[in-house]
Amino acid sequence: MNESASPLIEVVGLEAFYGRRRILHGVDFSVNRGEIRVIMGGSGSGKSTLLRHIIGLQRPVSGTVNILGVDVGRSDAQALLAVRRRLGVSFQGGALITSMSVGDNVALPLREHTQLDETTIRIMSRLKLEFVNLGGFHDLMPSQLSGGMIKRAALARAIVMDPELLFFDEPSAGLDPVVSAELDELILRLRDALRMTIVVVTHELESAFRIADRITVLDQGDVLTTGTVAEVRASENERIQDLLNRRPRSVEVDVDEYLRRLTEEDA
Amino acid sequence: MDKGSELRRDGDWAVLRIWGEVDLSWSQDVRRQVLEAYAKVKSLAVQLDGVSYIDSSGIAALVEGFQHARSKGGRFALLAPSEAVRAVLELARLDRVFPIFTDLAAARAA
Repeated sequence: MNESASPLIEVVGLEAFYGRRRILHGVDFSVNRGEIRVIMGGSGSGKSTLLRHIIGLQRPVSGTVNILGVDVGRSDAQALLAVRRRLGVSFQGGALITSMSVGDNVALPLREHTQLDETTIRIMSRLKLEFVNLGGFHDLMPSQLSGGMIKRAALARAIVMDPELLFFDEPSAGLDPVVSAELDELILRLRDALRMTIVVVTHELESAFRIADRITVLDQGDVLTTGTVAEVRASENERIQDLLNRRPRSVEVDVDEYLRRLTEEDA
Repeated sequence: MDKGSELRRDGDWAVLRIWGEVDLSWSQDVRRQVLEAYAKVKSLAVQLDGVSYIDSSGIAALVEGFQHARSKGGRFALLAPSEAVRAVLELARLDRVFPIFTDLAAARAA
């Protein structure tokens, strides 16, 4: 096995803004090959923004994002495409193409990016439907699927190319506990059997604790900590404990900032 | 890492031994060899003890071989799959689909 010692993902000093609002504050984040990393944080913590930068959907304003050895902020479109072929993304809402059958959705990356014969494509894509317990569902249209099935079909599409890096945004949200546990098990097996490095964004604690090698906790654009499940659980940081114990957070109010947000034309 | 394949005849069977990492870069070669073997024999065993990794394109080649054998009344067997192969087979429950044997003698006797 040709293991590289350098991280597969290396984010240094990443800043992100929506308008004047700063979403990420100098975030450092790195993931090693073969690791399952969970990014946790409440709504508005910057989880999705970080993910969008890592998969190259947003270019960093400041800081660097290095994926599979490529600096995504400074590489050309061709290099970015080459990186994207080596990663799979399962979006929170599924993002299936509604006019295509489930089977065609899953096969799409293979048809777009490989020269494989149609028989191999058919078998590979249906294998992935078997992985996610949707065997035999390839002829259905996305509109005929339940929310949980859409999520699993989206995962099948994300892994159809056997990516080195898999990103999974909110795998458990809205799923029943059995399907959710099955997905957790699948994530572990994808890493072990197909050697994927996996980044999961979730706020489901139970799932995070079950699958993570390490957890990164984001809060209001800052990395509060990165550590093993035991380390995160034992953390004395109040915000982390708020998150773990589902305590409502107390929001500090900056009067000037508040008034500016309400009154300024271009705030 | 070293990888490759080798086809040999053993009586009325052909044995295709593959080793190393089986991935998209050459899984189509494996597929071609599997299908070509059936042009000469009715029974094919694929020996997998030296496979350190197999991706789903490699598994697809095996599935196609098995399907080919079944549709033509031939036989297909996997011999001694390594742990790495087993892990991927189990992901899709293919360990319960493929005829799997420790060696060719066991496949013959089945």
